Amino acid sequence: MIKEKFSEGDSLLHRLDPRVKIIVALFFSVIVAVTDKYTSLSVALLFAVGAVAVARLETKEIISRLLVVNSFIFLLWLMLPFTFPGKNIYTLGPLNISQEGIKYALLITIKSNSIILAGIALLSTSSIFNLVHALRHLHLPDKLVQLFFFTYRYIHTIHSEYIRLNNALKIRGFKAQTNLHTYKTYAYLVGMMLVRSYDRSKRVYNAMLCRGFKGKLWTLNHFVFKKSDFVTGMVMISCIMGLVLLP
Amino acid sequence: MKEKEKGSVIKLVDLSFAYPSRDYVFKKFNFDFFKGERIGLVGLNGSGKTTLFHLIMGLLNPSGGKIEIFGKERKVENDFVEVREKIGLVFQDPDDQLFSPTVAEDIAFGPLNLRKNHQETKEILKETLETLGLAGFEDRITYNLSYGEKRLVSLATVWAMQPEILLLDEPTIWLDEGTIEKIVQILNSHPHLSYIIISHDKKFLKETTNYTYLMDNGKINKKYVSVNFSGVVRGKNIIY
Repeated sequence: MIKEKFSEGDSLLHRLDPRVKIIVALFFSVIVAVTDKYTSLSVALLFAVGAVAVARLETKEIISRLLVVNSFIFLLWLMLPFTFPGKNIYTLGPLNISQEGIKYALLITIKSNSIILAGIALLSTSSIFNLVHALRHLHLPDKLVQLFFFTYRYIHTIHSEYIRLNNALKIRGFKAQTNLHTYKTYAYLVGMMLVRSYDRSKRVYNAMLCRGFKGKLWTLNHFVFKKSDFVTGMVMISCIMGLVLLP
Repeated sequence: MKEKEKGSVIKLVDLSFAYPSRDYVFKKFNFDFFKGERIGLVGLNGSGKTTLFHLIMGLLNPSGGKIEIFGKERKVENDFVEVREKIGLVFQDPDDQLFSPTVAEDIAFGPLNLRKNHQETKEILKETLETLGLAGFEDRITYNLSYGEKRLVSLATVWAMQPEILLLDEPTIWLDEGTIEKIVQILNSHPHLSYIIISHDKKFLKETTNYTYLMDNGKINKKYVSVNFSGVVRGKNIIY
């Protein structure tokens, strides 16, 4: 099972209406993406870190997620300073490091980390099911909402299929080594996993059809939009708008 | 007998079906099921028992013949929407059936699809859980249930749609005796329910069905295999 670890806590952000969280996260991401001022971006990063702190999530887990994102950004640091045209500040053998390149890479780093952190604090503090329902309530087209839901649902399916097959390998003494047998086994595993999850996804869909599924997911528990949700949402949006006004 | 004069609720006429690049599972297959009947189907693996269920529910399309359910011919996907609302199929593997995070949400899925309102759905949910002895399971996470619990919850998800006919595919497989006994009791305490049960568990069929039929080579052997607790023998061609 893919655990939605972050969604299990109980903090101000966990209790906030997921609709508000989605809107705030979207607004924040757009603002951060289009702003180029360092002051605004630094404060945005602080906001994001602050939000994570408010959500009281496990630091270790957050760092491991940030590492994934930053490993991609690291590739940018390998490329941008050397290739971006601009004022040469240092020469490293045949390579010139440009000031603009470094600035640009730094900008991307701050932006992506802020957005990811805000996403963790705001979005992963709701369960996927709640997010799906929130998107529905925000009148996103049904097709997109279902695409989102079933992607999640079938990633889970593929994952559990993988665990099952992997266990089948293990109990017959399979050990990964550097040889043809290992490669072949892994190729079978991946192939089998895809075929089996495809079949299973079809069966799940059929089971849904048998229970009268006609393309709409209905909610059992409706969200109650509280006054405090509105206030928290407005405060967050105002803060984000304040970012733009910073010098 | 009076019920039967009204005609069958499920009528398959000269139905043919084959999976791609395999031999026919059904060739000119005929089958009638009447309201009030409770029958068991036995047969070798691959004799087409599950395929029969899937054809009735419109999950598979026959290559020939006619499917008539509730007096109307069912041909295209849309025809089967009504069928699925009134006939409940419980899948063999509960992991195919359950997809929502909590038991309550999964059970509510069917009734909500039937456009029951909130109050009704909550009532159905409560009733269903009580009937199936699952009270208190509302907020349990479906993937953390034991296998037996998953099977019962699967039954509950279909039960909540209040179907007129149940199609149960191997409902007792891999279950312990206690859970099987529970299912027997549930079925027997609802004498107005009609159903077809695929099973290899002879004792279970004896306790829950009136007749057991043998599926053989894409035919339902009209000679009964066994007449169970309340069955009346009506000649050799027992279906009619």
